Amino acid sequence: MVHSVLPEAMSLASTAQAGFTVIFTGDNFTRLLVGLWTSISIAGLALIIGIPLGVILGALRTLPNPVLRVVLRIYLECFRILPTLVVLFLAYYILPAEFNVQVSGPTVAVVAFGLWVSAEISDIVRGALVSVSDHQVDAGKALGMSGLQLLRYVRLPQSINLMIPATINLATRVIKTTSLLLLISVIDVVTVGQQIMESNRMSHPDAAFWVYGFIFLLYFIVCWPLSKLAQMLEHRAKERNNG
Amino acid sequence: MFTIKKAFAAALAVVTLASIAACGSSSSSQGGQQGDSVAQIKKSGTIRIATFGDLPPYGYVKNDGTRAGYDIALGTQMAKDLGVKIQWVQVNADGRVDSLKSNKVDMVLANFTVTDERKQVIDFASPYMKVSVGVVSPKKATITSAAQLNGKSLAVNKGTTAEAFFTEKYPDVQLQKFDSKTQQFQAFKDGRVAALADDNTYLYAWAKDNPTFTVGIKQLGDESTIAPAIRKGNTDLLKWTNDEIKKLTADGFFVKAYESELAPSFTSDIKPDDVIIK
Repeated sequence: MVHSVLPEAMSLASTAQAGFTVIFTGDNFTRLLVGLWTSISIAGLALIIGIPLGVILGALRTLPNPVLRVVLRIYLECFRILPTLVVLFLAYYILPAEFNVQVSGPTVAVVAFGLWVSAEISDIVRGALVSVSDHQVDAGKALGMSGLQLLRYVRLPQSINLMIPATINLATRVIKTTSLLLLISVIDVVTVGQQIMESNRMSHPDAAFWVYGFIFLLYFIVCWPLSKLAQMLEHRAKERNNG
Repeated sequence: MFTIKKAFAAALAVVTLASIAACGSSSSSQGGQQGDSVAQIKKSGTIRIATFGDLPPYGYVKNDGTRAGYDIALGTQMAKDLGVKIQWVQVNADGRVDSLKSNKVDMVLANFTVTDERKQVIDFASPYMKVSVGVVSPKKATITSAAQLNGKSLAVNKGTTAEAFFTEKYPDVQLQKFDSKTQQFQAFKDGRVAALADDNTYLYAWAKDNPTFTVGIKQLGDESTIAPAIRKGNTDLLKWTNDEIKKLTADGFFVKAYESELAPSFTSDIKPDDVIIK
């Protein structure tokens, strides 16, 4: 019994090891990191553009102007309903074919993701701002604060800890959605992983397990500190508000 | 008191700059609606070619990060004869037509099978390879005829001839469509589908690496050809490519490329004449 099981277990162990080595063969490790950097820089730029824009749109949506509300609501629903895949495809392939406007893949990605982020953030910000109780706002008004001052000194400080978890959640979603980018010929970390699996298919048939496992680890290393950061910020905001 | 206003102004500036940057890069298109002529490509010093990055032995990326394969060898030779550099643009199967239509690339060398449907939207140059749809299945449950697949699930890659063939000819087969080669073969190996349909030349190579599987159906439907694809109406580049393929065939380039790129990956029963065109 032992004799028949042992060689099989050993051969399994040796192929597993062989699969893992693929990540460190040639320039593969660097290539995966370069792919990861592509994902992070595109997600990062999209967030840098999208968050301030979203905050402005969110604040505007709390104003009692019905036309503005409808327009911004349509903007939000468009980007929330349309899959990011469709937005990328339209901007990268259809726009140039119909209007002869050429935009590079990374630019399309940053703009499309940035608009998506701004739409989602606008709803997060609006929801948080309206959650501040009316008597707080009235107290501010009684002190003679202007609309912007009310936003800066009353509404934002009291609602920011409501915005943080949803914003970080969105940030991690944006980072993960960069795996769609091969559609517009941008080589992200998942595409590099597939290149590695396929070119080593003959020598390392089990490479898929290890390469995907490694990509999982990379995404985790990027997204986990974000979750920690969210926890920290939320904690600090609560402390400041209560104490 | 005006810090919020300043912050808003700064945010607006960022967005404006980004949109200006987006518009700025639009001037890089010189080709107009027809695509770049040979003279324009020579002038720019670069030919943009769409290819696969996950399809050995046709187009793949080696561990040192450089591209290799049969399609890559052809593209490299063409760029050499044009006297220009190559910019490889990696695409998925369903991005090949659109990358040409939107003038993202000058040419597609991505195992691209010539079909009447595709000919309506893009132009094909002279073919450089022969191919048919084949079906690979596990040796212990080999599928030997398409009728056997009725009611069973079959993996195909979106935008391939295999997908079109089964959709049209065998509507009772349950197609599971995947975005990439990697995904469809993973699903097949995991046993989520009974069989997988793709170009037979590609399946021969895959079956060699995976000896528990066999190409049970070697040829379905008519034999088709694989050719470089060019943007519709770009007659200048089309003519140059046709002349180039004629010249390379006469020089024996394709036989050499077959020996160096394809032969090592195929099972020994496949002969050069099964794949290349003379």
